[in-house]
Amino acid sequence: MSTVPANFGFTEAEQIAETDRNLTYIAAISEALREEMQRDPNVFVMGEDIAGPFGGAFKVTKGFSEEFGDRRVLNMPMAELGFVGAASGMALMGLRPVIEMQFADFISTPFDSIVQYAATNYYRWGAAIPWVIRAPSDGGLRSGPFHSQNPEAWFVHTPGLKVVAPGTPADAKGLLIAAIRDNNPVIYFESKPLYRSQKGYVPPGDYVVPIGQAALARMGADLSIITYGAQVRESLTAADRLAADGINAEVLDLRTLKPLDTEAILATARKTGKVLVVHSANQLVGVGAEVAAIIAEQAFEWLDAPIHRLGGLDVPVPFSPPLEDAYRPSAQKIYQIARELAAF
Amino acid sequence: MSDYSLTRDQKLEIYYWMRLTRTLDDRAVAHWKQGRGVGGMFSQRGHEAISIGTGYALATEDVVAPMHRDLGCYLLRGLTPRRIFSNLLGRSTGPSQGRDANMHGSGDLSLNLVGFISHLPQSVPVALGVAMSFLYRNERRVAMTYIGDGSTSAGVFHETMNMASLFNAPFVLIVENNQYAYSTPLSQQMKVPDIATRAAGYGIPGIIVEGNDVEAVYAVTKAAIERARDGGGPTLIEAKTMRMMGHAIHDGAEYVPRELLAEWEAKNPVTNFEARLIAQGMVDQVEIDEIKHRCEIEVTDALEYAEACPMPDAATVEDGVYAP
Repeated sequence: MSTVPANFGFTEAEQIAETDRNLTYIAAISEALREEMQRDPNVFVMGEDIAGPFGGAFKVTKGFSEEFGDRRVLNMPMAELGFVGAASGMALMGLRPVIEMQFADFISTPFDSIVQYAATNYYRWGAAIPWVIRAPSDGGLRSGPFHSQNPEAWFVHTPGLKVVAPGTPADAKGLLIAAIRDNNPVIYFESKPLYRSQKGYVPPGDYVVPIGQAALARMGADLSIITYGAQVRESLTAADRLAADGINAEVLDLRTLKPLDTEAILATARKTGKVLVVHSANQLVGVGAEVAAIIAEQAFEWLDAPIHRLGGLDVPVPFSPPLEDAYRPSAQKIYQIARELAAF
Repeated sequence: MSDYSLTRDQKLEIYYWMRLTRTLDDRAVAHWKQGRGVGGMFSQRGHEAISIGTGYALATEDVVAPMHRDLGCYLLRGLTPRRIFSNLLGRSTGPSQGRDANMHGSGDLSLNLVGFISHLPQSVPVALGVAMSFLYRNERRVAMTYIGDGSTSAGVFHETMNMASLFNAPFVLIVENNQYAYSTPLSQQMKVPDIATRAAGYGIPGIIVEGNDVEAVYAVTKAAIERARDGGGPTLIEAKTMRMMGHAIHDGAEYVPRELLAEWEAKNPVTNFEARLIAQGMVDQVEIDEIKHRCEIEVTDALEYAEACPMPDAATVEDGVYAP
């Protein structure tokens, strides 16, 4: 027991594998990182405040300096544009940097380096840039406009990037491993509200969730809720309440936002004929708009109701609880819209 | 500096590369002025001593990230005139296979050559990252890159120099101070007369060199590279020169005083080096003419080759966005 606080309980991975695989979302992230660093000497972590006993703002890399040494756990000065650019250079040389963006909100600082340099490089002259940016995103935590954002749409709109957003501990591990092994720049949006409150079975060892595959989080026939990230949990909570009302909602967890799993999106839309798309990011020109457009273009004749969307309001993420609650989607809001949709 | 003096053969080799650079550049300028080019074209005229003097100081295993004024460095690294003209003309045989314009996208890792993007300051941290990979793997290699005076006003210049110093990276930055960022003269960009003085703020050497003197450029760069290779950390070299044409081919640069151009034309790096070699008795006019003739033939061949090469197939437009 005494070792648990210092190392998140993962220094003896085999022991854990045999006993308790019910991990928190954040522990699954740490485990994926640690196992990939153990497997491949080219994998390393870089970011602000991640090294030493401190181990990062959210402690994802706590104990990593001790295990892997200073060479592979690189603390960076507060210069995201500079160090994301440096990560691209290291990746060009065949290394696999995993960059911790302390908060997803700060990813606008290295935007140029991501969308202009890294995203275009393979197309422009054929040299791969295999880095991962871990971006702790989403809110509901009363953290205000600059520690609550969901900026995934910017990157989904950028050719050359891949974008993933796990909603469960197992996917947090499997998608991070897939992202690290992918030969392209991947932005990995992890959901802060799930970090320590979401637990679930996480397969031990080499567990890969392929990029580009959605998953049915719940089967249902009456309507489809298409979502990702922390809104998967909200949608499942809403679906439980809907079930009590006799409405069977299907919940599709997109898991990857670029490339979208178009087949899975169309399959659920065609199956239920009623679609609600939900995400924490503001709704305007969000990922949900693309999902709705895909369905409207390719499954129109299967639809029994207009496609509904539920996203954040088009305002900066507010701080004070009543304001933030008014801003973000929740199980209650999903439930209400789904009820109306089911009755359409 | 005398440690890095050059032999006769080396000087002749350097002259050949400078002459090839100028010949190719002149031919491209003429081609574009005849309306036979594709898109834009950026002349490097006047930058030959910098691109060749610095590039010649690199070891084969070192990695370099040149920009659009560094044609000479691309040639030195082995990017052939044929491939260069192919890229300039948007052909599928260029290093970017028609994906990227002019010298952009002219990277080739098999030549230890990293391509740049139009957001020039963004290449600086990438080159630092290359140097950091050498630290990571404990390799005795050096990364070098170039920016103009204009890019030193960007914040990422500061971020990168601070990190290069902090990590003691084997990194050499060449600032090609050609006195104009597009139409904006130095006096409207900064108050300090010498960009090299900024190096003091990072605790690293900042060296000023006459950017039209290829031997001087070579000597300071070679010293910086070997210092970096031996664990001595980064160096900022400011090479003072003059952009002898407009920002790009469309730009007549009417905003540049003609007297300033005349003053720098007298410092023509190619012809001055040629005159020095003759004056030193290292070479005679016959040999010079032979080299010039060789360069003309190479460039003519390259242009003819590129013009005969196919344009990319439109059906491939979506290929290669992602690495497999």
